[in-house]
Order: sequence, then structure tokens, then C-alpha cells
Amino acid sequence: MSTPTATTDPASAYADVVRDNASLRAFLYGLPGVDQVGADARAAALGGRSIKTDAKKWAVDTAISMIDLTTLEGADTPGKVRSLCAKALQPDPSDLTAPHTAAVCVYGDMVRYAVEALGDSGVGVAAVATAFPSGRASEAVKLADVKDAVDAGASEIDMVIDRGAYLSGRYLDVYDSIVKVKAACGSAHLKVIFETGELATYDNVRRVSWLAMIAGADFIKTSTGKIQPAATPPVTMIMLEAVRDWYAATGRHVGVKPAGGIRTTKDAMKYLVIVNEVAGEDWLDPALFRFGASSLLNDLLLQRQRMSTGRYSGPDYVTVD
Amino acid sequence: MTTKPRLSVMKTYKLYVDGKFPRSESGRTYEVYDGKGTFVANAAKASRKDARDAVVAARKAQSGWAGATAYNRGQILYRVAEMIEGRRAQFVDDVRTAEGATAPAANRIVDAAIDRWVWYAGWTDKFSQVVGGANPVAGPYFNLSTPEPTGVVVAFAPQGSSLLGLVSVIAPIIATGNSVVAVSSYARPLPAITLAEVVATSDVPSGVVNLLTGDAAEIGPWMADHADVNALDLTGVDADVATDLQIRSAQTLKRVFPARSSDRDTDFEGDPGTARLAAFVETKTVWHPIGT
Repeated sequence: MSTPTATTDPASAYADVVRDNASLRAFLYGLPGVDQVGADARAAALGGRSIKTDAKKWAVDTAISMIDLTTLEGADTPGKVRSLCAKALQPDPSDLTAPHTAAVCVYGDMVRYAVEALGDSGVGVAAVATAFPSGRASEAVKLADVKDAVDAGASEIDMVIDRGAYLSGRYLDVYDSIVKVKAACGSAHLKVIFETGELATYDNVRRVSWLAMIAGADFIKTSTGKIQPAATPPVTMIMLEAVRDWYAATGRHVGVKPAGGIRTTKDAMKYLVIVNEVAGEDWLDPALFRFGASSLLNDLLLQRQRMSTGRYSGPDYVTVD
Repeated sequence: MTTKPRLSVMKTYKLYVDGKFPRSESGRTYEVYDGKGTFVANAAKASRKDARDAVVAARKAQSGWAGATAYNRGQILYRVAEMIEGRRAQFVDDVRTAEGATAPAANRIVDAAIDRWVWYAGWTDKFSQVVGGANPVAGPYFNLSTPEPTGVVVAFAPQGSSLLGLVSVIAPIIATGNSVVAVSSYARPLPAITLAEVVATSDVPSGVVNLLTGDAAEIGPWMADHADVNALDLTGVDADVATDLQIRSAQTLKRVFPARSSDRDTDFEGDPGTARLAAFVETKTVWHPIGT
């Protein structure tokens, strides 16, 4: 792998890499391959750690503060978004020491309701854009989608890449679209969704991670949550390795967000262990690691109640949405 | 001709949780002796984690079971009675071993247990007529009350009556649409395990009945504290432990039955009545305009 020297301007350092499709392809294929069996085994080993009480308390609160509380359904209404925002601000009304979540993640047309409900609370508003979840729309429509969400007040944009273009080798097209969306985002943070379940191999996950980071992604995200398999520990681990290597090469932090399929406290803790062991402590922060999940929060709250009261809790003691 | 001596096959019995027969998560077992003090088998000693798993399974199963028609629940309960009848010899044997009963006494107990299942099977679709109904109100509307299942019930089965007592505790709970986590008699668990095998092979959905063998005094406080348990049946718990469990239950507003008793006070061979059916239901009342 030919790594450019560290610089504060990654774009210029990688200017040669993105000169044309052939050079971008050559760079991506020059990245070291992923040993699939080894990656699976390492992720499983890291996920098998036993977390003891005090660390667990810390982990539960940290995980809550990393959640992008998400509702991405066709049946979403302003009312549902408002109640989700209320939950994001105060996840457990019976225990005000519970931290708020990192952000609320909604469709573009729902952004204004979320912005209204959250005010300047510090909880971000993330909007999925660029013809989420398929990514199948013309460039003009995708950019308009992004602009629409940013104008409505979204502080974070979750874009999907064109998996068809990526899988057919049109890497420069994917790069260009990320660059354009990044420009359209203005001051909003850009999360790039890969839909790793459709990318078939771990090698592709590493390559697309680098591709997105060169194009200026602030966050890289595993999945839309609409396709199975969604986030898995090995895929997240490979993405964390990529952001770690990117930081070593450029001095710039990029965040990681696994999304979809993370439902239990146990799962969330596995991810936190992987984050700490692979990328390092810097990433144990909502600014650099997020969980895209909606049902995870309730399980974390039940665990939290169990630890603070000493008795097992039940789903009747948390809100449904 | 000489007969070869055989090795005795001593079973290690397991728990019954979510339609499966797992070992205790703790790996613990305890020794079970018959009425004369001879070693009979090993039984799994359930831990609080096993109990918690059972509550999760019971919660998952409860709404589906409550949603089945009362008629269907009755059929399934009757099916259980049929299956006990089919394994009558084994149940008689188990009761004799567990309780040290004579053959006629054990036969009588198993007969009574089968009759008890049939009794509760018959009640499933009649119970709401008895405890519910149209309330007399002075206004232009109907006022109707109907019983609904309480939810997940943890039942501590009688310590003395290993089969009839257990049946008398479990059947009314599930007849009204609740799911149950039953903790069997500590010293006499074998009929309970055989009953679990019967339940597993009849049509009772997984998780509706969960049977744990172990110490009620150990598991009890965790279940009384558990916020996802809706009611406790303290029939088989000693009076002093029962008081503690009732106090703990108050924190999560659980129903507790009976309020003050132990199984020594209960004659399980007598008329069961409907008291146990009525103990684990909530009355829902709706108002509805008469219309014109």
C-alpha cells in the first residue's frame, strides 16, 4: 500500500489517486486484502470478553449517548418524530441521570419537526438523503434531497452510495458523488452508508471505506438497516481498522457507525470492546462512534434500571417507541 | 441360567424452559431421594438466571396464548389430560417414589390429577360468564365486565403434594390465558419433570408452561422483585419466606396468591372451586352506548 505522507489536507495528498478511474482502482486494489477467517475469529474473540459491573455501568451510559435514535418507516408521522425526540432528550423519565442520545435520525421531510422538538439541546438531527435506502435516483435529485434536509436544519446527513456503480467498478463515479454530496452538506456532517450486506466481500468493505474517506466522509456507516445482513462485528472491525489507518496517514479522525441488527446491550458492549481494541480510546466518543438503532435503547434502559434498582425490569417499564 | 448384573441407569433430569429441556445455566444439580431415603436421580438446581430466562420465555408466549380462543385453550388442556392418562403407569410410579405412597394411594392421586386437568379444561370458555357480565347501570349505555389474564405468573408448587398439588397450581393459571413459570417441590421433583415431558409433547405452545426444579427460597426473592412478573402463587412457600416475598412484590404491584397460607392448609383432593382461576385475572370494564 502506498501511503501518502501525513498532511492536513487529505484531498491534495490523494489528488493523484483520484485522477481517473484506473488510478483509483489501482490504489484500492493496492490496499492489503482482508483474511476473512482471521477477521471473523478476531471479532468473535473480542466480542467474547466478560464486562464487569462498574465497566458495564459506564458502557451502558456510553452506548446510550452514542445512539442515533432512528425511525425510517413509510408510516412515520410528525407525531411519531416528536415522541422519538422526547425519548432522545430524556430516555428514561423515571431516572433523570440517564444521558441523552447522540442524535435522532429521520427522513428528510421529517427534519423540521425534529429540529423544532430538539431545539438547542445538543441532540443532533440526522437525515437520510440521496434516495435512501436504494440510492437509485439521478444526481440532481440526490443533491436536491441533501440540500432540502440541510435547509430544514439537519446537522448530519446520511447518504447511501450507489452500490451498483461500485460493484461494476465505476469507483470514480462513487467518489464524485460523495464529493458533490459533501459540498452540498455545507457545515453538516456527512455519513456515508455502504450497505455492506450488498458488497459481498470484506475486501470490498476495506476498499469502499478508503474511497469514502478520500472523498471527504466525516463518518462511515455500515448499512441502511433495510437489507440483511446489516451491521456485523467483523465488518465494523474492518471499518475501524480503515479509520485508524486513515488517521495514521492523514491525522484526520473519521467516525464509524454500525447500523441495523444491534438490539441488545450485550451486542452493544461487543462493539465497544472492538472499538477500543481496534481504533483506540479516541473513538469511544459519540463524536466518532455511533449506533444506528432504535430497539437497542430500550434494552440499554432495562439494563440500566436493573443495575440501579437491583431488580430485573420488564418491557412495560420503557416506552414503546 | 445366570442373569448378568446390570448397571443402574440414574438419570440427571433437566429443566423445562421455552419448550426445551436445558441444563441449569449454573451447572448445578442436587440429589433426589425416594420416600425411604434411597437415591433415585439427580435433578437440575435452577438458578436465578434460569428463572429469568423462563420469565422471558413466558412473556414471549403469553400474548399468543391469551389470544387463542378459550375453546382452543380448553382443547389443549384436555389434550394434556389425555397424555397424562396415556402415561398413567409412569405417573403412579413417580408418585409412589416421590411421596412414599402406597399403590392404591398413588393411583388415587393420579386419577385426581387427571380429573383436575379436565376440570380446568372445561372452565376455559365458561369462566368469563361466571365472573364477568353486564353490570346494571342507570344510564343509556351498557356496562360490561370481562376477565383478562394477568400475564406472567410465577408459581411455587406445593412441597408435599408432588403431582396433584402441582397440577392444581399450574392448570388454573394457564386456563385463563396466563403463562406460568412453576418451581416444583424441592424434595419431590420427579412427577413435575414427567409432567414437563407431557406438556412438551402435547399442543401447549412453547413458553406457556415452564418448569424449574430447585429451591423456592433461593429463586423466590428474584422473582418477587422481577418487574416483568405480574403475579406470584405462593402455595408452596414457607410462611416466613412468603411474608418476605409479599413485601417485595408490593414494590412492583404484583398480585399474590394466596395472601396467607401454606400448602399444609390446602386439601388438594377436595373440591377445587374457582378461587384459583379468579386469582390470576384482571377485570376489564367497558362502557358502550346503547344506540337507537
